[in-house]
Amino acid sequence: MLGFNGLVGIALLYVAFLFGVAFAAERRAAQGRDGWLRSPWIYTLSLSIYCTAWTFYGAVGYAARSGLEYLTIYLGPSLVMLGWWWLLRKLVRVGRAQRITSIADLISSRFGKSTLLGVIVTLLAVVGVTPYIALQLQSIAQSLDVFAGPGDTAGDGGSVALWSAIGLALFTILFGTRNLDANERHHGIVMAIAVEAVVKIGALLAVGIFVVWDLGGGPSAMLARIDASPIAAWEQSGGRWVGFTLLSAAALLCLPRMFQVLVVENADESHLGTASWAFPLYLLLMSLFVVPIAVMGLERLPDGSNPDMFVLTLPLAEGRDGLAAWAFLGGFSSAASMVMVATIALATMVSNHIVVPLWLHARAQGAVMSGDVRGMVLISRRLSILGVLGLGYLYFRLSGGGAALASIGLVAFVGVVQVLPAMLGGLFWRGATRNGAAAGLVIGFAVWLWSMFLPSVGDGTAIPAAVMTQGPFGLAWLRPQALFGSEGLDPVLHAALWSLVLNSMAFVAVSLASFPGPVERLQGAQFVGVFDHSGGPGGWARGAADAETLLVMAQRILGSAEAQAIFARAAAAQGRDGALPDVTPEFIRALERELAGSVGAATAHAMIGQMTEGASVTVEELIAVADETAQIMEYSGRLEQKSAELERTAMALREANANLTALSVQKDGFLSQVSHELRTPMTSIRAFAEILREGGLAPDEQARFAAIIGDEAGRLTRLLDDLLDLAVLEAGQGRLDMRRVVLSEVLDRALAAALPDPGGLRLLRDRATEAVEIETDPDRLAQVFINLIANARKYCDAAEPELRIVWRPEPGAVDFIDNGSGIPAEQGRVIFEKFSRLSDPGRAGGAGLGLAICREIMTRLGGAVRHLPGSEGTTFRVELPRNAAALAIDQPVAV
Amino acid sequence: MARRVLLIEDEPNIIEAVSFILSRDGWTVHTHSDGASAAERVRAHPPDLVILDAMLPGRSGYDILQELRDAEETRGIPVMMLTARGQARDRELALSLGATHFMTKPFSNAEVLDRVRALAGG
Repeated sequence: MLGFNGLVGIALLYVAFLFGVAFAAERRAAQGRDGWLRSPWIYTLSLSIYCTAWTFYGAVGYAARSGLEYLTIYLGPSLVMLGWWWLLRKLVRVGRAQRITSIADLISSRFGKSTLLGVIVTLLAVVGVTPYIALQLQSIAQSLDVFAGPGDTAGDGGSVALWSAIGLALFTILFGTRNLDANERHHGIVMAIAVEAVVKIGALLAVGIFVVWDLGGGPSAMLARIDASPIAAWEQSGGRWVGFTLLSAAALLCLPRMFQVLVVENADESHLGTASWAFPLYLLLMSLFVVPIAVMGLERLPDGSNPDMFVLTLPLAEGRDGLAAWAFLGGFSSAASMVMVATIALATMVSNHIVVPLWLHARAQGAVMSGDVRGMVLISRRLSILGVLGLGYLYFRLSGGGAALASIGLVAFVGVVQVLPAMLGGLFWRGATRNGAAAGLVIGFAVWLWSMFLPSVGDGTAIPAAVMTQGPFGLAWLRPQALFGSEGLDPVLHAALWSLVLNSMAFVAVSLASFPGPVERLQGAQFVGVFDHSGGPGGWARGAADAETLLVMAQRILGSAEAQAIFARAAAAQGRDGALPDVTPEFIRALERELAGSVGAATAHAMIGQMTEGASVTVEELIAVADETAQIMEYSGRLEQKSAELERTAMALREANANLTALSVQKDGFLSQVSHELRTPMTSIRAFAEILREGGLAPDEQARFAAIIGDEAGRLTRLLDDLLDLAVLEAGQGRLDMRRVVLSEVLDRALAAALPDPGGLRLLRDRATEAVEIETDPDRLAQVFINLIANARKYCDAAEPELRIVWRPEPGAVDFIDNGSGIPAEQGRVIFEKFSRLSDPGRAGGAGLGLAICREIMTRLGGAVRHLPGSEGTTFRVELPRNAAALAIDQPVAV
Repeated sequence: MARRVLLIEDEPNIIEAVSFILSRDGWTVHTHSDGASAAERVRAHPPDLVILDAMLPGRSGYDILQELRDAEETRGIPVMMLTARGQARDRELALSLGATHFMTKPFSNAEVLDRVRALAGG
């Protein structure tokens, strides 16, 4: 008889073969010869990971225990593929258009790129799928155990499972994390799965044919045996049939591994067409011989044999070692392919939605960082793969591997199906909101944990027996398997029903009650209307949003009367009846201009871009440039110090970006201005860095160019400091340190900082009148004074420039008056806007944020800063808040 | 005779960098940093190529480009636009106004050199 060791040898050879197949496929793909790798047949075969070890071994056990009910597990997915291909097509289209990497990404992306939802779905998937992975490990251990003779001590289930887990982890890491882009396809793994799909269906068919023709004496004799067996006498429960069929249909859509092969690995939408009939056919073949095998097993094998293992034990008992080994490889294939894909899918989610965000967050807090985010993502994905498989193994050890295979599978099904309401709602209902999705998911998840997962761990283990029969705290309506008094239902149906009903109700109710944010609305429109939006590649012309969606957006911004008038005019100009014009590139450009008038160009562009092509304006681009420049600098050994400086700049830029994004300051063309202000110094830095790298310069040239780089890096740093300062102020963050101080001291400090050497600027002050006590944040107030004094120094164009500083007790303000030619009255307001500058930038040396910062500070301090028009020279007035000023008048202090 | 490039740009350090790169390659580089008088300058001494920044004090680079394209004597001079805003829209605008080429800051020196040789290499 084929021993345990012989079988392990065969399994290892088989794995080596799969390894070769995967490797060859990767190579072909890398060489661009991936034509047949993209065939619809490979796609269809890859879908077969739906049939795990649970279906391979468990279906027979299921049939032996519950008759034909096992068919529901095949029926559901077949119905989806045949009847709901339009839903799948939408899913695949959305997945490709939005570059979706996982089901968690789908939900998160649909509901305004919500981090929270990504985390919830990821946790749900990990909790739901871990038992499933454990189940596969268990099946490998169990099936090897069948072959172990009494003397084979090596047949310890735990160590087999452990080594299987380690081997699968290595395989998955090797072929699952070759590409950085989680959205790219894994040709090696998909090819290996396709081969496994053939092996497993071949094995099941071979065993079936052996059973029917060799053991059963042909089809008609077999039918007679089936009629005579206890299976024929099973009463089918209609409720369970409908329930399980729906459940397995939903699972096809929601299982992370199915999403991976259906959507992420899909190379061509048209493959769905082939799969829609070929995959049900595959399932039909998988289910064809299940009943004969079960019947023959019950008939021939001794009582008490595990029906889950009939596929193996029947050939073994009949002395057909070769067939048994094939069957073993079939089961092994089912388990291995499921584990690999499920692990990739889960690891992508864990890495993208939990590990990387945490890491970025930690880094933003000032933790140590190295420059390479991509390397970090790869490491995180690999660690996640190890983590997920580790969890599966742990669950296997803790659960003792006892429960029947099928029941663990069902628990996992019901868990992951909680994603269904949010998924369908997200695809078909624009009104669905992030809060609704979160509420539904959390409630469904909680009900599932309480009514199904915890009870499944074992009687009295997670939930005390008393709670099961009487409810927690004696609340009978909360009994895990009889919620709201619904007694007598099948436990699986009970849990599925209540979790999904409460989930959907919460989803709909909260969605109706809450209002979606702007990004959510845009994403909602893109998902629901995916077939309207995404046509071919290209610019504005590409498909574009429909006129109605654009009108909705335009109305929000321009008001309904004006928006409708614009649309009607455009429609008339196009010679169309009705109120809505064709969405032509010209119309979109015109509309963008109209919107820009209200919300600023950058915002208008971003909004239109979002709606028509999903484009976004990015500071990331700038960060990339800073990074790149830092790298160029690194090569130049002479400039190590400057290089470090640039790296710091790149880092500061990243922080600035995080802040900017967080505060969503993308208004008033601000981003476009920031881009300009950042790119300008970078242009000089990059140009001179390249010149220096080429070498061959005279020493004095070298020194001068290095100095320019230093100056421009300094300019970048100052700009970033200003931006961050402004961001913090505008967000109302940062505490004010209110104290009583003497005004003249604040002025002294400001003057010392702004004019360490007064140069040509003459100062006129009356320190005696300034000896008043005020209540303020002296550092912030000094910052305002410093800016005003520095401006006077920079811009005052008199032959003998002078600056007078005067305290006006009524209304309680400090005036800064210079004798220059002044600022035109009509510009008096504009100068406080961000990035406004009056003279040429070479002279100013700043980015035009100083006065904007002054204004923000004074607003926060409760006062104001204004330009006083009509006075001689330029006059800025800093008004202190009334109560602070009153203090000053009441309590003069002698100096 | 060396071919002449007119650089219309207001950032002193960028002027220095571009001048250095082009001079080293054998070009004669003239510079001009005021927007309002830039078109006038081009008409007075037509160069073989104009490198034109989009954001200038006094007048926008797009206006200057428009004026150059409208006038008979400057219509044929190749113009390479530079911008630090780097949005697709700017590129479209520049090209629709008749810019010969469009380049986003920061650029690589080799890119500038290649383009100048291609546009004004004679």
